[in-house]
Order: sequence, then C-alpha cells, then structure tokens
Amino acid sequence: MARQFMKGCEAIAEAAVRSGCRFFAGYPITPQNEIPEYLSRRMPEVGGTFVQGESEVASINIIYGAAQTGTRAMTSSSSCGISLMSEGLSFLAGARVPMVVVNVQRGGPGIGAIQPAQQDYNQATKASGNGGFQMMVWAPSTVQEAVDMTYAAFDYAQRDRNPVMILADGVLGTIMEPVVLPEPRSAEEVARLKAICRPWALVGHNPETEQRALVDSGDWNTKKMEQKCIDNAALYESWQAEAQAEELFLEDAEVVVTAYGISGRIAKSAVKLLRAEGIKVGMIRPRTVNPFPAASYEKLDYGRVKAILDVEMSIPAQMVNDVRLAVKDRCPVETCLHAGGEIMGRREIMDAVRALYR
Amino acid sequence: MERNLMVAGFGGQGVMTLGKFLADATCHSTDKNVTFFPSYGAEQRGGTANCYVVISDDEVGAPLGDAMDDLIVMNDPSLHKFLYKLLPGGTLFINSSIVTSEITRQDIKVVKVPVTGMALEMGNSKVLNIIMLGAYVGYTQVVPAEVVWNTIQQKLGKKPALLPLNKRAFEAGLAIGAEQREA
Amino acid sequence: MEKIYSRTKLLREDMVSGFCPGCMHGTIFKMIGEVLEELHMESKVAMVLGVGCCGLAKEYVTYDNTTCPHGRGCATATGVKRANPETLVFTYQGDGDLASIGLAETMSAANRGENFTVIFVNNGIYGMTGGQLAPTTLVGMKASTAPKGRNPKEHGYPMHVCEILNQLTAPYYLERCSCNNPANTRKTKAAIKKAFQNQIEGKGFSLVEIVTSCPTNWGLDPLDALGFLEDKMLKEFPLGVIRDKSKEEA
Repeated sequence: MARQFMKGCEAIAEAAVRSGCRFFAGYPITPQNEIPEYLSRRMPEVGGTFVQGESEVASINIIYGAAQTGTRAMTSSSSCGISLMSEGLSFLAGARVPMVVVNVQRGGPGIGAIQPAQQDYNQATKASGNGGFQMMVWAPSTVQEAVDMTYAAFDYAQRDRNPVMILADGVLGTIMEPVVLPEPRSAEEVARLKAICRPWALVGHNPETEQRALVDSGDWNTKKMEQKCIDNAALYESWQAEAQAEELFLEDAEVVVTAYGISGRIAKSAVKLLRAEGIKVGMIRPRTVNPFPAASYEKLDYGRVKAILDVEMSIPAQMVNDVRLAVKDRCPVETCLHAGGEIMGRREIMDAVRALYR
Repeated sequence: MERNLMVAGFGGQGVMTLGKFLADATCHSTDKNVTFFPSYGAEQRGGTANCYVVISDDEVGAPLGDAMDDLIVMNDPSLHKFLYKLLPGGTLFINSSIVTSEITRQDIKVVKVPVTGMALEMGNSKVLNIIMLGAYVGYTQVVPAEVVWNTIQQKLGKKPALLPLNKRAFEAGLAIGAEQREA
Repeated sequence: MEKIYSRTKLLREDMVSGFCPGCMHGTIFKMIGEVLEELHMESKVAMVLGVGCCGLAKEYVTYDNTTCPHGRGCATATGVKRANPETLVFTYQGDGDLASIGLAETMSAANRGENFTVIFVNNGIYGMTGGQLAPTTLVGMKASTAPKGRNPKEHGYPMHVCEILNQLTAPYYLERCSCNNPANTRKTKAAIKKAFQNQIEGKGFSLVEIVTSCPTNWGLDPLDALGFLEDKMLKEFPLGVIRDKSKEEA
C-alpha cells in the first residue's frame, strides 16, 4: 500500500473507520477537533453515525448506548474532557461494553494548556472513573503506531467487552507524517462483527424464545456484584501477558532511558545520537502503559545498569511510579521532565543521560 | 541524515501551507521520513504561527527539534524569538521586505528574499509563502523543485485559476534561491 | 367464559415488586407492557432506565433494558436508537433524573428531535435517596433537604418540563397525564401508545409526563397521598396535551 501524508487525528479517525467503527460521538476540545470533524464527513460515507454531543458527559453516554447494540463505537477528547467522561467510562467498564476512547492529551491540571503534554498517565492507567475498573491503554509514539493501535483496539475491546484507551498527545494529534493505512473491513465483515454481539446486545430479544439482554453495571445482589468485580479483576490480570515495549540497545546499556508516547519518540532519537557518541545508553519505551511492561525492567542486568532516566512531559512525573515498582530499588531512577505544553527537547535528554553516565 | 526546518511568521502569511507543501512533496516523492508539526497561538486569527518540518533518512525522532538546520522567518518578532534555535552553520531565510533588523550572528548563512514586495508586484500578497518555498527549495535542493511544484498544483487543484500566478511565484523564488546558492 | 383481561407477559410472574404501597411505577410498567404487546413490539424493544426507584424494574421486565448514569437517559437512548433505528427505544426517568442532573441531556435530545420516547414520572421528590428537594417539588412542600419546605427565595419554583420543551421546535408530542383515577390512567396508557406509535412512524421526540405520588417520602398514607396529588400536584401541573404535531399536520 502506498503511504499517505496524514495528520495524526485524521489518521486515527480513518483507522477507526477501517477497523469497523460505525458510530462516533464527541464534543469539541483542542487539540483533537480534527477527529470529530473528519468523522462528521466520513461516517455517512460508510453508513455510520456521527453525533456531536452537547457535552463530553453526553457524548460518552451516547457511546454507551450505541456500543450496547454491538456497533463498534468510539469517542475522543482531551484531558479535561476525558475527566468529564469518567462517569460514562466507569459504566461502560462496569457493564462490560466494548468501545474505544482516544485521549489526545494537553496540559493540566484543570484547563491547563491547549498545547501537548502527558499529564494524564495516572488517570488513564489507574482511575479513569470510580470503582477501580481498568482499561487496556495503548500509547502510540508515531502516527503509524497510532493507526495500528487504533485499528487493533476495536478487536481488543470486542474480545474483552471492555473499553480500550488510546493515550495520545497533542503532538501526535497535530503532526502530519507518512502512514500506511490498514485495509478497510468490508461492510459484510462489519455486519458480522456486530452480529456476534447479539446475545448480550440491546437490540431486542424475543422474551418467549430468547434470553433478554440486560446491560447493567450494577447488581442489587451483593454476592453477584462481588462476582462481577472478581471477573473484572481476572480480565485485567490476563492482560499482563500482553504488555508491550520497544527495547533498544539494552545488551550493554549502562544508562537506560524510559519514556512513552511522544517523549518515547524524542528519547529514542536522543539515545541514537548518544550511541553515535559512544555512550552506552539503552531505551525501554512502553507501548502499553496498562498493562505496564514490567518484564522489560525485570530483565535488566542491574550489575551493569547504573541508572534509569524517566522522561515525561508531566510534572510531577507519573509513569515513574510504575518504573520504580518494576525496578525495585535495584538502581536509581531519575527524571527529565517538562509540563504545561512545553515540549521535551533531545538535547536536555542527552545532557541528563551524560550526567548519569559519568 | 536529518534536516530540521522551522518556519515562523504571523498568522495569515501562509506559514503552515509552506511547511505542509514541502512535507507533503517529500512524503510522496521520496522514501524519506518526514514530519510536519504546526504550532498555533490560542487566537483564531492574527496571532503567531510557526511550524516544523523534519526530513530524515532514519525515523524522525523529534518532530519539533530543539536545534534547526534551517529557519525561515517572515517577520521581525519571529526573528528575535527563534534565531537562537538555528545551529551554527545553519541557514536563515528572511522575508527582507519587512524583516529589517540587522543579523548579528556571524556563524550562519543568510538568504534574503523580499517576498512581501515581490508578491505585491505580482498582484497578490498571498503568494509570499509560495515565493519563499521556491527560494528554500532552490537554495537547499532538499527535494526536487518539480516534485514540490506537482504538490502545489495538486493542492490548488480546486482553484485552477490561481495556478499561473503560483507558478510565477514559485519560479521567481526558485531563481532567487538558486542564485544565492551559487553566490 | 371469554377471557377479557390477563396480566401482561412482559412483567415477570416470579418476582414481587419492591415498589412501595401507593406508588404508581407498578401501574405504569404494567401499561407499558400491555402497549408493547398490543403493538407487537415485545421483541424489538430496548428500555433505558434512569437512576432512582424506577431502576428496580430492570429485574421485573422480560424485555431488553439497560441502566445508565443518573440523568443520562436521553444521551444513552440517542446512542441505542441511532445505532439500531429499528428498535423501539424509550427512557423511563424520574424528575430528579430528567429535570435536574439530566436537564442538558433531555433538552438537547428533544432539541435534536431524537426519534425515541421519554416516559417522565414526576412525583415532586427524590424517592430512592430519601425525599430530597427536586426541581418539581411544590412551593412549601417539605423535603429532607428543605426541612422548612420549598422557599422560592432560596429554591425557586417548580419546573414545568413539558412547557419548557414546548419552546423547542423539534419535539413532536408532549402530554402530561396522571394515574390518580381510572379515567386518567386509561388516558395515560393511550398517551404511551401514541408516543410509541409516533416513534414507529419516525415522527421524532415524544415525551409523556406522568404526575404520580410518593406516599413514603411525602409522609402520607396512599389515600392521603392521592388526595395531595389531586389537590396540589395537579394544580401546579395541569394535565393535557401540550404539543401534538399530528394535529397540526392533519
């Protein structure tokens, strides 16, 4: 397939359509407006539905309704908008309804800044709403990766009957770069994927001959509710085997840089430049941040690794807590940080690595 | 090889279009990796506008690098704000019609193109960015000129009436760029 | 002997309702079941239940339903209906749910003219949470969060949902009913049927408001509650058709 020059947000939107997404609801917020704008044009072309909700609160609940019919559905927002979606995400996860949510992160807390940041790591991976639910959270670092992860996210969501989050950021949302788009799923395939959901979906069942559908995040019966929590926990536990990370130059690394998303991409470039200088530096870039790829840190040779440098566009650092849990005090974990819409630079990462390398 | 370009000016000077055309042409005519990153102020009109284009044989690491090989400035404020980002040995392209400050750095090359004046002479102030794009391509030869022109043609496809003017603008820029490259 | 009445099959026979004595939810769910059977829609229906006492019904009905966050019924129903237009979709919401926390979702769905039906049960108080002040609580009426009664200076006045929605262009049918006597109960059933038929015919947004009692949280026995409903509630919320575009079309 020929590569196309696409903006991150539009590439994510197109990947969703090609994966079979036929329903989108969202509300304007910078820097993700190109996703709803693109889908408002694109959805009617494929027989899908686009709704501009009156708020993020409404949008996530419109998706809650649409996804209950087995229709592949997505919403997107940014940071403070995602906060407003917490309620709906919790219901989706509680009722085990599949959907995909894209967070194109901006500065925070509060209204923060419209510029890129990675200030929502804890929210995405630990508590996107009440009740201790979890989502698989994929963290792309290039537009191509955003496309591939979005395309796959709908399959994970349907497999698990659970929301999946794409944790992007304002840089990825707004940059344009070449991408190779996946093959679109045919109308027949999209219909088949929806039909698979029929047993549990809110599509109307014959009360005399079929089991009715009850899509519900709660239960009056505490024993049954406890069992729901136990089943959910088993699902979350099962993801551990699917954690992914990109690893680079770890064989002889004495300092390891770790970063996800846009910071991961910038860090990778810094690591390559340092290698060219002869500095033994490596990199671990989580591609899934939930599940967190702890195994990549577990297998490091702590006799050789002097320090780990955690690079994030978040102050205070957030992913660093998961890194420290994985490293278990076997070497120091330092940070190199920006926030508020300030973008990480390669040179400052390189300086920070050099300081640890001495 | 990686080449970092930053383009900076006022909103309305076509800064984004310049960067996007260059990046698009690179994507469709070469095997290179390329990124285009726009950076706006919060204003819808009249604020600052700048963008970054990175062209690389390897994966692009930082889509908005912290050290520029090339810097195009379309107005004085952008010059003062961003000149420090230009690497020693880098090239500064200025809209010499309105950028009047003296360039004090000695470790860079300077290409002066009076794009605002030239565009007005051509009868349409809006083509200043196409002139500058021509000058940049003519000077750096980072991608073949005909490839860039093909992209411009394709992007302006809905407004074919504008093509002759843009062709003149692009070629005038190319000529100035090539001339200064020789010098 | 000819059988002229039987219980709707759409309410489970093996469950005992948890609704309080004198509560009208049971009557309304019975009528909804009857209407669905009369329209032969029992296999094509999806109910979106609001939060509150009405949520108990998720276990009582035999047809597809979902529970959604408090107030979001009209958003969730928008998604269900647009994703599967052939389904008969209705929300069932109380006054706190629909007119307080969910006012934005209600107004916006009505304004878009979404083709689903809203059953709005207005008893002027929060039921499940224990008698707190609702947007429809009458002036002077006591609530657990307004112990001296609704004071207009502090709480404003009861909100008239049908009349507010009547300011919008899109809604197709708005009627206020009650279940205080057999005649009005029959009218309520007719209104529900009409609202569902509107949806089947693709007419757009229909809302049936049903003014009911809450003996438990009003602190009255069922008969006195009925008296209060007739003397006070129906004065504030007069019954009747507020909008019926089919009349304009005729």
